[in-house]
Amino acid sequence: MISTPAIEHIIEITYLIATALFILSLKWLSSPATARRGVFAGEIGMLLAVVGTLLHHGIVEYKWILIALVLGTIIGVPLGEVAMTAVPQRTALSHAFGALCVTLVGTAEFYLRAPDVPPFMMGVLSMEVILGSLTFTGSLMAAGKLQEVLPQRPITYKGQNFVNLGLLGVAIIVAGVLVAHPEKTQLFPLIVGIPLVFGVMMIIPIGGADMPTVISLLNSYAGLSAAAMGFVLESKLLIIAGALDGASGFILSVNMSKAMNRSFSNVLFGAFGQEQTAAAGAKEARAVRSATPDEAAGILAAANKVVIVPGYGMAVAQAQHKVRELYDALTKRGIDVKFGIHPVAGRMPGHMNVLLAEADIPYDKLLEMDEINGDFPQTDVALVIGANDVTNPAARTDHSSPIFGMPILDVDKARTVMVIKRSMAAGFAGIDNPLYYLDKTLMLFGDAKNFVGGIVRELGGGHE
Amino acid sequence: MKLDLLTSLYVFMLAAFIGFEVIRRVSPLLHTPLMSLTNALDAIAVVGAIILAGEFHPHGALLAKILGTIAIVAATSNIVGGFLITDRMLRMFKASGPKKP
Repeated sequence: MISTPAIEHIIEITYLIATALFILSLKWLSSPATARRGVFAGEIGMLLAVVGTLLHHGIVEYKWILIALVLGTIIGVPLGEVAMTAVPQRTALSHAFGALCVTLVGTAEFYLRAPDVPPFMMGVLSMEVILGSLTFTGSLMAAGKLQEVLPQRPITYKGQNFVNLGLLGVAIIVAGVLVAHPEKTQLFPLIVGIPLVFGVMMIIPIGGADMPTVISLLNSYAGLSAAAMGFVLESKLLIIAGALDGASGFILSVNMSKAMNRSFSNVLFGAFGQEQTAAAGAKEARAVRSATPDEAAGILAAANKVVIVPGYGMAVAQAQHKVRELYDALTKRGIDVKFGIHPVAGRMPGHMNVLLAEADIPYDKLLEMDEINGDFPQTDVALVIGANDVTNPAARTDHSSPIFGMPILDVDKARTVMVIKRSMAAGFAGIDNPLYYLDKTLMLFGDAKNFVGGIVRELGGGHE
Repeated sequence: MKLDLLTSLYVFMLAAFIGFEVIRRVSPLLHTPLMSLTNALDAIAVVGAIILAGEFHPHGALLAKILGTIAIVAATSNIVGGFLITDRMLRMFKASGPKKP
């Protein structure tokens, strides 16, 4: 039998190795070539840490731990096997699970320790449960909206921001009282309950196009709450993992906000959809030119350089595999095909890349906005599939446009623009897109999957 | 192993700096897998839940066991699901032809 202190040292060493592996894991994710090694490093680190923890001498009963580990695995496997189009809601759901874990542990820790909780400990414990519970319900709401169980459109009412900030304020004040008087245990349910309500209220006014920012923000909160839990449990491993996750979510949130030219507070308190209804109205029907799959195929076949700009519409129509066939048909004819990906295209950061990679499109053809924008003037055809606001030239020129200043893909600089769209209805933001009325623009009305399939048939490709 | 407050803050600060530097270098191409991977790593909170559920508590033992067990289930599903889907996504990213590795 190994002595208890020796085991405790072994456990600490497994945590140290796990920490190093976690950092390497993220480092290797920097490039697709080493990324899978990164996942492996993370898995080994996790396994070491969990096994190390199970050796902990203080653990007297294993039955429930093992049942929970098995149950978690049974739930986790299907969550790891969802369709790629369901990744945004899966991600939101996993933020909710992470936050649930942190909130429950924090709650139990409070009742085990009270009334003997030093002020600093009570402070981080409050932060842990406040962030944890608002992330839990907020993420469930986000997942519900993404899965379309809940209405996607923003729901707003008068005084909404006042109510929301008021709720959060009350929770923070109660936390402050607890810091001073940890023996008032009857107050503790408030710092769990109020943020649970706040989480719901926070997501109600958020629309679909703001999801990339909101998911990133919730990711950051989940990380910070885990780091706070690390402070409470005095676990370096947990502090570090939480800080890494928090940093990642923060960087992504900043990227997303920049890509929409909006501030965090504007995303959270702006209720984007609402401001635009005023801007949208009163637009008389203007003439657009439309084309059939046959004509579109002819124009594409005559091009040398094509840039495809995918958006959420492609994901909704599940058109990525047809797009791959189009890519094949055009490439076979010696046409240079690239993809221009806007950072906020889709419902979470990197959403389009994953869908196109799933359809077997090589990742070196997927270019970021900054990389592709210089190419548009030399591009013969820009083909927009289910994207709208991210191609709206009004963002560059029209100071009165609600999206003015948002960086866009300069598709209007290509020689010909083709836009696949179901109808002339305005996009998410309800803003008219002047791109559609340009002389060089052809509107291809129809379902993205069917229309691209039609073009592929005309080009004589496809697998049918 | 006990940490004092200041040590905890140092650890947090250094980890946050490392996080910013490492994650800034992740290509936007991989931002979705990045999020699912950090999510899986974040579920290391399971170690706290395991200790909570398994340790002996002189009072509040039932509460600790129930909340701890649910917390383990939640975190484990994130670990398993998170690593699985990250790897599935990354397997799909392929370069075109042998010229670009």
